[in-house]
Amino acid sequence: MAKKVHITTTVNGEETEFLCEPRQTLLEVLRDDLDLTGTKEGCSNGNCGACSVLLNGQVVDSCLVMAVEMEGQEVTTIEGVASADGLHPLQQKFLEHAALQCGICTPGFIMAAKALLEAEPNPTEERIRLYLAGNLCRCTGYDKIVRAVQDAASVMSKA
Amino acid sequence: MALNAFDYAAPQSVDEAVSLLQKGNGKVGILAGGTDILPQLKENRRKIDLLLDIKKLPEANVLSFDASNGLRIGSAVSCSTTYNHPDVRTRYPALVDCSSLIGSVQIQNRATLGGNLCNASPAGDSPPAVIVLGGVCEVIGPNGQREIAAEDFFTAPGRNAMEAGEFLLAVRFPAPVAHSGAFFLRFIPRNEMDIAVANAAVSLVLDGNTITSARVAIGAVAPTPLLVAEAGAALVGQTISDETIEKACVATRAAAKPISDMRGTIEQRVHLTGVLTKRAIQGAIERAKES
Amino acid sequence: MAAQEEDYLGIKDYKVIGTRPIRHDGVDKVTGRAKYGADIDLAGMLHGKVLRSPHAHARIKSIDVSKAEALHGVKAVITVKDLPLQEDKIKDLGEGAANLMDLRCNVLAENKVLYHGHAIVAVAATDANTAEEALELIEVEYEVLSPVLTVHDAIAEGAPLLFEEQTTKSLGEDTGKKSNITTHFQHKLGDVEAGFAQADVVVEREFDTATVHQGYIEPQNATALWNADGQVTVWCSTQGAFTVREQTAQLLDLPVSQVKVVPMEIGGGFGGKIRVYLEPLAAVLSKKTGRPVKMVMSRTEVLQATGPTAGSYVKCKMGVSKDGKIVAAQATLMYESGGFPGNWAAPGSMCIFGPYNIPNIHIDGYEVLVNKPQTMAYRAPGATNAAFASETVIDEICEELGVDPLDFRFQNAAKEGSRRADGPTYPRIGNEECLNVARATDHYKSKLEGKKRGRGVASGFWFNAGLQSSASASVNADGKISLVEGSTDIGGSRTSLAMQLAEVLGLQATDIKPQVADTDSVGETDVTGGSRTTFATGWAVYKVGLDIKVQMIERAAKFWEIPKDDVKYEDGVLSSVSDSSKTMTFAELAGKLDETGGPVMGRATVQPPGVGGAFAIVIVDVEVDTDTGKVEILRASIVQDVGKAIHPSYVEGQMQGGVAQGIGWALNEEYAYKEDGTLANGSLLDYRMPTCLDLPMIETHIVEVPNPGHPYGVRGVGEVPIVPPPAAVANAIYDAVGVRLFDLPMSPGRVLEALWKKA
Repeated sequence: MAKKVHITTTVNGEETEFLCEPRQTLLEVLRDDLDLTGTKEGCSNGNCGACSVLLNGQVVDSCLVMAVEMEGQEVTTIEGVASADGLHPLQQKFLEHAALQCGICTPGFIMAAKALLEAEPNPTEERIRLYLAGNLCRCTGYDKIVRAVQDAASVMSKA
Repeated sequence: MALNAFDYAAPQSVDEAVSLLQKGNGKVGILAGGTDILPQLKENRRKIDLLLDIKKLPEANVLSFDASNGLRIGSAVSCSTTYNHPDVRTRYPALVDCSSLIGSVQIQNRATLGGNLCNASPAGDSPPAVIVLGGVCEVIGPNGQREIAAEDFFTAPGRNAMEAGEFLLAVRFPAPVAHSGAFFLRFIPRNEMDIAVANAAVSLVLDGNTITSARVAIGAVAPTPLLVAEAGAALVGQTISDETIEKACVATRAAAKPISDMRGTIEQRVHLTGVLTKRAIQGAIERAKES
Repeated sequence: MAAQEEDYLGIKDYKVIGTRPIRHDGVDKVTGRAKYGADIDLAGMLHGKVLRSPHAHARIKSIDVSKAEALHGVKAVITVKDLPLQEDKIKDLGEGAANLMDLRCNVLAENKVLYHGHAIVAVAATDANTAEEALELIEVEYEVLSPVLTVHDAIAEGAPLLFEEQTTKSLGEDTGKKSNITTHFQHKLGDVEAGFAQADVVVEREFDTATVHQGYIEPQNATALWNADGQVTVWCSTQGAFTVREQTAQLLDLPVSQVKVVPMEIGGGFGGKIRVYLEPLAAVLSKKTGRPVKMVMSRTEVLQATGPTAGSYVKCKMGVSKDGKIVAAQATLMYESGGFPGNWAAPGSMCIFGPYNIPNIHIDGYEVLVNKPQTMAYRAPGATNAAFASETVIDEICEELGVDPLDFRFQNAAKEGSRRADGPTYPRIGNEECLNVARATDHYKSKLEGKKRGRGVASGFWFNAGLQSSASASVNADGKISLVEGSTDIGGSRTSLAMQLAEVLGLQATDIKPQVADTDSVGETDVTGGSRTTFATGWAVYKVGLDIKVQMIERAAKFWEIPKDDVKYEDGVLSSVSDSSKTMTFAELAGKLDETGGPVMGRATVQPPGVGGAFAIVIVDVEVDTDTGKVEILRASIVQDVGKAIHPSYVEGQMQGGVAQGIGWALNEEYAYKEDGTLANGSLLDYRMPTCLDLPMIETHIVEVPNPGHPYGVRGVGEVPIVPPPAAVANAIYDAVGVRLFDLPMSPGRVLEALWKKA
């Protein structure tokens, strides 16, 4: 077993330290060492998006990011989306639109949609579908997810 | 899916990187975006002792354009940084085509054009466009820096022309000339996420309605991406017409030597090569007319 | 079916049912707090991994685990020898019967491996990486055998047999013939020969469908602790905690009371998370190590070694008179069971002509062993394969007769009193109503403009299930109710159940706190599957509500010192009939329980007989790129009779989700095998499920023809939506470019070949 590396990083706005082997992915460390189990593992090779997190504001598949790379970086997970004031509009709209059934893909979708709306506050339906195509959902057929994102965009642009 | 134990290093200088790579004796994996190497490690298709992260090397993070030297993209520059760059968007739309098709947004925020080239998949989405744009790979190793033309960079499925101890630092493209246009597209069964069944890129220069120069490259239909000289030759000096385009398609279909696998049959792939060649030519012409 | 008393109450002005409250588990699920099976972490926990067969068909000659056992960090290694022996007995699991011997051999192979990925050895170690390293140190000697991968190969003369002693049981009798066909059954109605003789138009076609997987995003997981006192606790993501308990206890040769199953939140199931794969292994590893053991499958393991649904061969022949009446229908269904005997042609045969009233029917069904993982249920199992065949044949017939496909279906529609080939007659159903709604949709009425575009329709039927459920609830002092039920929640069901309870008691959905409980905390409840939860567990919570209501009336009477029959309960308010000044809300009375006799709890257990079948019609518009064979879905609509939509958003969600899966099944999903029988596409890169860029919005039309067997008219909704889409897409492709496809999936390469053949 390779010697563990000490990493100092920022997770959900908080300075966080952990020890990891170089072969551990960010996904593993988030779930197993930092108890942030909201980020899910669906496929381990970047094909389902369930493990999506924001890395320096950009949405990435954490199963394909090494934990050792996190020194000095900023990671946002689903646990960091709501604030002390309440749910993020995306979270609220996912609930209102019933955009989740089993809910396993939901954290990943919210991270990706959050990144989208921060970059493009008024995306078209086509653009939403393109941006979220890296997130698989097997339960909903995506209809209500897209509507929730559209509604959140509308609410956020008025705020 | 477990990885075997390896060490990690993120050198800050090219010299350090070269030295680590050399000492590693063939058991070093280069990490840029990680979206190819990590799945390979997880599936035990590769075993390494050291993961060498090049993302801290300044030369690998360059993304710059100037009218005389053209465009240089460092091998650690992500696809999304590439396709969001204003000079890439306005002057090299074919690079936008390919870098925005690789995987998903999540993948594009990590994967790099350089990494995609080095991975040398026969079906890679960057090689055809990089080839037709006259891309040159700037490679660094223990014997110093050297250049490899993109069309010479791929030697076998998953194998590139770099020697042991070398790695890709950047890819360089000449500045586009007036009335030039380039286009890349691929065929996949879904609308995103798939490996190409076939892909094609064309770059050409127009003088009125005459094609004065042309490069045509195809992928996913041979052990490596191919620059099809006969297809380019079929276009040069010709006026734009369906017959001209078809001649180029005949050439690319003839050059295609695909296999049948779970992603497509030989017949399907040869046919698609022709279809995509035609569409790539049409796309390039449209862009050339606009430029 | 015997006449039943009408249970449907005929309520016209629901207060809660039909509204769209936020689901009770919603906040946890959008914030990442909800705990799914893989999220569990216990002190001292070890990690388990499984060594799987690299061969599709082989005899196991020897297994040497010594080097694995010696690896630092490895705590236990087990093979099938570590599972207690079972008698050959059948145990009903809800969706499909399970033979325990087969279950045992599937979770860990004995003597033979029957598919690529078949589990052979399980290891527990201090961390997952060490466990994986241990697997590489295990030495297995195989005698590789030839595999069979399709029903055609499996039934061919001289085909290698998966089980040398297996004979075919035909029409209930053992034929003594050694074969990969385990079962042959028939359903007959009328005289199909005579029927065809009368027909003016006869169409007969053959269809082949590839193996497809349910594709739930969450891989299987199980964590077990075999405690020092002999009590076994299992935490897992499952569609049925009680069936996991049953299967695990049986395999471990323990009384069920010694096993407790704690269902974690579940990330999708669709029928694939009913059978156990990891639970018994984790339990035995825990027994050997004295520590909890956690096991999570990788995506590749899920695809290789869980339970995809049957690939199949279906032959379908239908005859109609020139005035458009179906006079005869015949079908042969040959379904792959995978590596162990299965039972999936049977439900297929119950549904294949389900939407129609046909006097003469003959169906032959065959269950066939092949070297693939053991087939499991996938949302209306068997019906989609069958409907692909029958609904395509009907489309051809409609074309030949020159009639509108929905008009034709209406003319031949099954309705109350129509008889199915497998025996039952239909009670009140909503088939005709759905057809009328479909005809009137904007989608169907709109003109489809543009070249190479086409429209297709198809019908589907699924019978749904009843089975048994239990529930209990306590009244809290503030008037809220804690509801305990045992139906694991895959799609918002705990809220639908809370809504039904709220409706009975005249409360709000937010007054109910539903929770899904473990097997020690709630009465026996069958799986969340078979489209039964809102129906059957709904019955249970309805009765819980009635139980509470009765008691609250008694308490009010006691409090006011009046007789019980003087107390009226309406809309959550109790009052005296004779003295209207005596009135209390439910919440107010709840604050007085201590002084009127103590806590109030309601309980109910049900086995409701009045299951309502479901019908659906799917309309799809496509555009075909004839240069590439790519089919784009332009528009999709589904019309479905749901009986009563308790929470319309989640009903719509079931309809949309099923259509999306059906479209994936139609266009790109398939198990691709190499010559040697190994799975070529064991990853989500090449097992291609639709992304959100591959689908349009999916229009839903809820039809409500109440099921007489449920107080609120509920019919199961979850399964029927997946039945029509492949046929609808095939019919749309034909309308667009004039080629019919008879194989699934209709991937671009196949569409191209069909176009080239036609040219």
